Amino acid sequence: MADETLSLKKAFSGHGGFGVDETTMAAMVTKWRKQPDQKSRFRSDFSGFFTKIGSIEKCEDDYLLRLKTEFSRFKNIMVLWLMHPWERDARWMHHVMHKSYPFTVIVEIACTRTSEELLGAKRAYQALFNHSVEEDVAYHIKESYSKLLVGLVSSFRYEGPQVDNDMAKWEAKALGNVIKSAGSGKLIQNEEVIRILTTRSKRHLKATFKHYKELHGKPIEEDLGANLCLQETVKCIDKPAKYFSEAINIAFKEGADKPSKLSLTRVIISRADVDMEEIKETYHKQFGVKLEDMITKNTHGHYKDTLLTLIGK
Amino acid sequence: MSTLTIPHVIPSPQEDCEKLHTAFSGWGTNEGDIIEVVTHRTADQRNAIRWTYHDIYGEDLLKSLDKELTQDFEKAVLLWMLDPIERDVTLVNGAVKKWAPHDRVLVEIAVTRTANELLAVRKAYQEKYKKSLEEDVAAHTTGDFRKLMVPLVSSYRYEGPEVDSGLAKSEAHILRKHIKDEEYNHEEVIRILTTRSKSQLMATFNAYHEEHGNPINKDLKKDPKDDFLFALRSIIRCITCPERYLEKVIRLSMKNTGTDEDALTRVITTRAEVNLKEIKEIYYKRNTVKLEHAIKKDTKGHYEDFLLALVDSDEE
Repeated sequence: MADETLSLKKAFSGHGGFGVDETTMAAMVTKWRKQPDQKSRFRSDFSGFFTKIGSIEKCEDDYLLRLKTEFSRFKNIMVLWLMHPWERDARWMHHVMHKSYPFTVIVEIACTRTSEELLGAKRAYQALFNHSVEEDVAYHIKESYSKLLVGLVSSFRYEGPQVDNDMAKWEAKALGNVIKSAGSGKLIQNEEVIRILTTRSKRHLKATFKHYKELHGKPIEEDLGANLCLQETVKCIDKPAKYFSEAINIAFKEGADKPSKLSLTRVIISRADVDMEEIKETYHKQFGVKLEDMITKNTHGHYKDTLLTLIGK
Repeated sequence: MSTLTIPHVIPSPQEDCEKLHTAFSGWGTNEGDIIEVVTHRTADQRNAIRWTYHDIYGEDLLKSLDKELTQDFEKAVLLWMLDPIERDVTLVNGAVKKWAPHDRVLVEIAVTRTANELLAVRKAYQEKYKKSLEEDVAAHTTGDFRKLMVPLVSSYRYEGPEVDSGLAKSEAHILRKHIKDEEYNHEEVIRILTTRSKSQLMATFNAYHEEHGNPINKDLKKDPKDDFLFALRSIIRCITCPERYLEKVIRLSMKNTGTDEDALTRVITTRAEVNLKEIKEIYYKRNTVKLEHAIKKDTKGHYEDFLLALVDSDEE
């Protein structure tokens, strides 16, 4: 009995872990059929989720909200799975305008998608919302990193193999100079930094970052200070698998907030058909544990099954 | 509308190629025949001629034209023979490479083309030059101009008719504030001009005029020699009245002594199949003289004949 209670509690995860165990719940309904006292005992045992007003039992509102979120993880991942990738990206970017997602999602989409994919997302955005994503980012996001974001999202980068190596070296030097002279707060608004990061091709930038490391003895990320937007931009362009692996790790951390947890769905859905194998390897190397094991341990029900299938277990 | 006259019975591309090839052969060049063929074919027909010429004679028609023709006439024919996107790519590359604050080409192309045309130019630019247009513009411009031109050439504006009139009023207010304080290069000015849809901007400029007394361009004339202000005014005119803007470019190209053939060629070849008819009408209203007449007066030889063949439409 104690076992059953425990597994039912776990099934209604509400806290600790993602999603709900629909199968266990349905099984308990069968088992406790016509046994209201079992349910009553369960409720009084499940502290933090059920309470009383006088003698009237009630669910904690907080718990109901969390339950709603957990139940909808499966729904959301299924809807996203079916959706066209352009619509997905457009909707995720739109969420940022209305503050429900952090701005890093825009960096992620602008920098990890191909030029055609980003263009498709921008067209979908216009069709869905009657505005261009550029005008919305410029208008709704008034932070120090706005110019960088607008530049990133406006880009249509060259994707061919040609790289001007001399220019890459020169720009690595130029970045070094700017980093030295600009205060770390000012770096994000520096015209040269923005020009280089938002207009050059990814191959060119990878070469530039490589030269930077050779010139200065350390990777450019270490010299960018606490500038989250710059850090994420460099990471997404240079080592996207690492970026995604870290986003997944943050989602699984104790006390992760709602948007961080949503990253789990977003990353796995958007990368399942792209570079999932590389992300899994990177995750294993970085965090010493297999991604499928993390998912198995920390997620539940149909949501879990879907994730495991998507990562190609 | 287009000003091209296309013959009722169009020769096949093969026939056109033979005529061109004959025009190149022997001593001298038969420029008249060349003009006859190329100025009376649409862009698709001209493309067909280029492919067919290559198939039959194994050489790019443009190379042959380059060998046979000279000076302004040659430049004009070569530009005309390119397809519209290639043409814009060539023009912006030329403008970027020798960019100076008084450049007019980048604004003209970035703002008068549709969002998808500008995007096509960006794509074709990458294929041709192995770099993005944005990176070349960023690398060749500095200061305030870079802040303005990079977003301008990177823009992919929404093209729907929807207008938010509350937003138009508030953004007109923002523009007024910065113009009054002479902060012409302010981020908000650039943001509004380079990201908003054209419909939204027209509503904004109307609101500006209604609420603040002057049309916005009048308030941007503080220093008539300032190139940055000129660029801002050009952007605004290209959005609100592109044909009037282009009429002025043509008119100024033939002003006083000398002719700016590059500007004249550019506008005529890029607009002949788009809206040259409307531009001609504005020209006549403004100058009481037909555009053809001005061209006759200001240019000569084969260059003149070429331009007239493009400009002179059937109804005369």
